[in-house]
Amino acid sequence: MMMTDRQRELLKHRIRAALAWVIACLMFFPILWMILTSFKTELQAIAVPPLFFFEPTIENYVLIEERTDYLRYAWNSVVTSFGGTLLGMLIAIPSAYAMAFNPSRRTKDILLWMLSTKMLPAVGVMMPIYLICQKLGLLDTRVALIVIYALINLPVIMLILFNYFRDIPKEILEASQIDGTSTFNEIVQIVLPLAWGGIASTALLSIVLLWNEAFWSIVLTSADAGTLVALVASFSSPEGLFWAKLSAVSTLACAPIIVFGWVTQKQLVQGLTFGAVK
Amino acid sequence: MANLTLENIFKSYADIEVIHDVTLDIADGELVVFVGPSGCGKSTLLRMIAGLEDITKGKIWIDGRVVNEVAPSKRGVAMVFQTYALYPHMSVYRNMAFGLKQAKTPAKEIDQRVRAAADVLHLTDFLQRSPRALSGGQRQRVAIGRAIVREPEVFLFDEPLSNLDAALRVQTRLEIARLHERLATTMVYVTHDQVEAMTLADRIVVLRDGKIEQQGSPMDLYERPDNSFVAQFIGSPKMNFFLPTVLAKNAPSKFKDFNPEGRVVGIRPEHLRICDGESNLVSAVLERVEQLGEYALVHLLTEDGGEFNVKMDDIPKEPKGTVLHFQAKVEHIHLFDKESGKRIPGP
Ligand SMILES: Nc1ncnc2c1ncn2[C@@H]1O[C@H](COP(=O)(O)OP(=O)(O)OP(=O)(O)O)[C@@H](O)[C@H]1O
Ligand SMILES: [Mg+2]
Repeated sequence: MMMTDRQRELLKHRIRAALAWVIACLMFFPILWMILTSFKTELQAIAVPPLFFFEPTIENYVLIEERTDYLRYAWNSVVTSFGGTLLGMLIAIPSAYAMAFNPSRRTKDILLWMLSTKMLPAVGVMMPIYLICQKLGLLDTRVALIVIYALINLPVIMLILFNYFRDIPKEILEASQIDGTSTFNEIVQIVLPLAWGGIASTALLSIVLLWNEAFWSIVLTSADAGTLVALVASFSSPEGLFWAKLSAVSTLACAPIIVFGWVTQKQLVQGLTFGAVK
Repeated sequence: MANLTLENIFKSYADIEVIHDVTLDIADGELVVFVGPSGCGKSTLLRMIAGLEDITKGKIWIDGRVVNEVAPSKRGVAMVFQTYALYPHMSVYRNMAFGLKQAKTPAKEIDQRVRAAADVLHLTDFLQRSPRALSGGQRQRVAIGRAIVREPEVFLFDEPLSNLDAALRVQTRLEIARLHERLATTMVYVTHDQVEAMTLADRIVVLRDGKIEQQGSPMDLYERPDNSFVAQFIGSPKMNFFLPTVLAKNAPSKFKDFNPEGRVVGIRPEHLRICDGESNLVSAVLERVEQLGEYALVHLLTEDGGEFNVKMDDIPKEPKGTVLHFQAKVEHIHLFDKESGKRIPGP
């Protein structure tokens, strides 16, 4: 049977859509499974073959609520991821401004070098940083985590901001220089408003990355400044593997950031594409 | 109100020198136009005056003061950019008021000045609009308005009309001329369009490869170009060049002590007149006619294969391939050295 071009296009479109759905489902499945498991009893959780239909129970959640202080961990996660992002942005915005608008011959190299620090395994600097925090009395404090979070994210958010800033026509800044703005005003009144979309996406991306950060929060915090990720970790080790409870606590840890990501997805996607999509 | 002096200005980017020893005096209230081909350093010079580029060597004086180390905003200059460079997130009003706000001018005075400028530029109805919602011509007027409200001592324009369509260009050109008349402020205007240069300038400065080739009033440059480069650059269509060998036998009678060795002859298309085969200066084969309405541009081929154009009021009736004869008044014939391109004092 012959198809018209239009029909062929439509068919292609449908196939592509179907593929996208399949991939999306594959990616979502572990999350779905985690949520399902969190409503099972421990026995149901390890049943073979796996159970898809069962009578849901909230006993895991009740238990977590009794045994731990979920809200404090959640609050720690919020404070450290937002705080780390804020501090990071405060450093990254002026730096990216300087690099984008007063580049030197080495600017590209410096950016690459900063990015290359991300390739260093965190374990490599674990001891020194742990000792520094210990000496300063900052172990298990949110301050330590905020500072480290700001620093580990700095290369990435600086690179993204740098790319956004470079999209601002140079003449606009030159016009403002002739108009007599101070550097501070130039950033606040010209650069920030013009790159606002990019800055917001970068901040969102940073928040998501920091929320999920595991290494430093587990190493440096425990009961006082522990984040949700640390809470999840504490469930898996000392008590043996209790899949249902682990799933429940993981669900609780993911839920806020998934909702957050859902609400801000448009901005977030823009940030991930480095401003390529306009 | 201020005069402006460039004293032995050099500019290098990294190791490449792009401006070589430019010296120029601009009088108070003068409108000087920089022209030259792309990449000759017009914008670079202008941006050095504005303070947007460092000066590698030399001094710039504005109003009797060396400004090399003075911040752009303190030099008393205002600049209009080719790309307008409006603040896209501010209304027209705020765009114009921005500089005054930075200088902490009282709000009442800001309002007065912005409204006065808007009135002159017919922008009053657009004051609350965003620049996005304006046409190119309107945006350019806002950019000019932003310059006016600062009441600068020197206006700098970098190809302000090149993004406008032809009709708007003519109109805005006229507005800039009026503005200059009215404000009588020193202006430096960069363009690569020789028509803009001719119509606007009190004085034209022709630049090539970072050097001044010649400066003078538009008619000076048109009538007495110092060299073949300026001769070709000023005037449209371009000046024709002939090797003396193609000139007719009776041509030398036009010249005193004519020595054809190593010379080229330049005659503008509008200065060639059709004549008979007796008194001709040059003869050539009619190749093609471009009818432009107000005049016809006739393309001809000399016997050595050289090409030239003649501006004619009427289309020649002869068919293609006919030989036509031309002459020119002696004061319209320019003589240049073939090697250096330098003008040789005339016939
Ligand atoms: N930032 C820069 N770094 C290196 N070279 C530069 C820089 N800016 C300009 N140049 C060089 O300096 C020379 C003069 O440039 P400029 O922009 O002044 O030319 P222009 O006369 O304004 O040309 P156009 O008519 O194309 O605008 C050019 O050769 C250009 O390549
Ligand atoms: Mg230029």
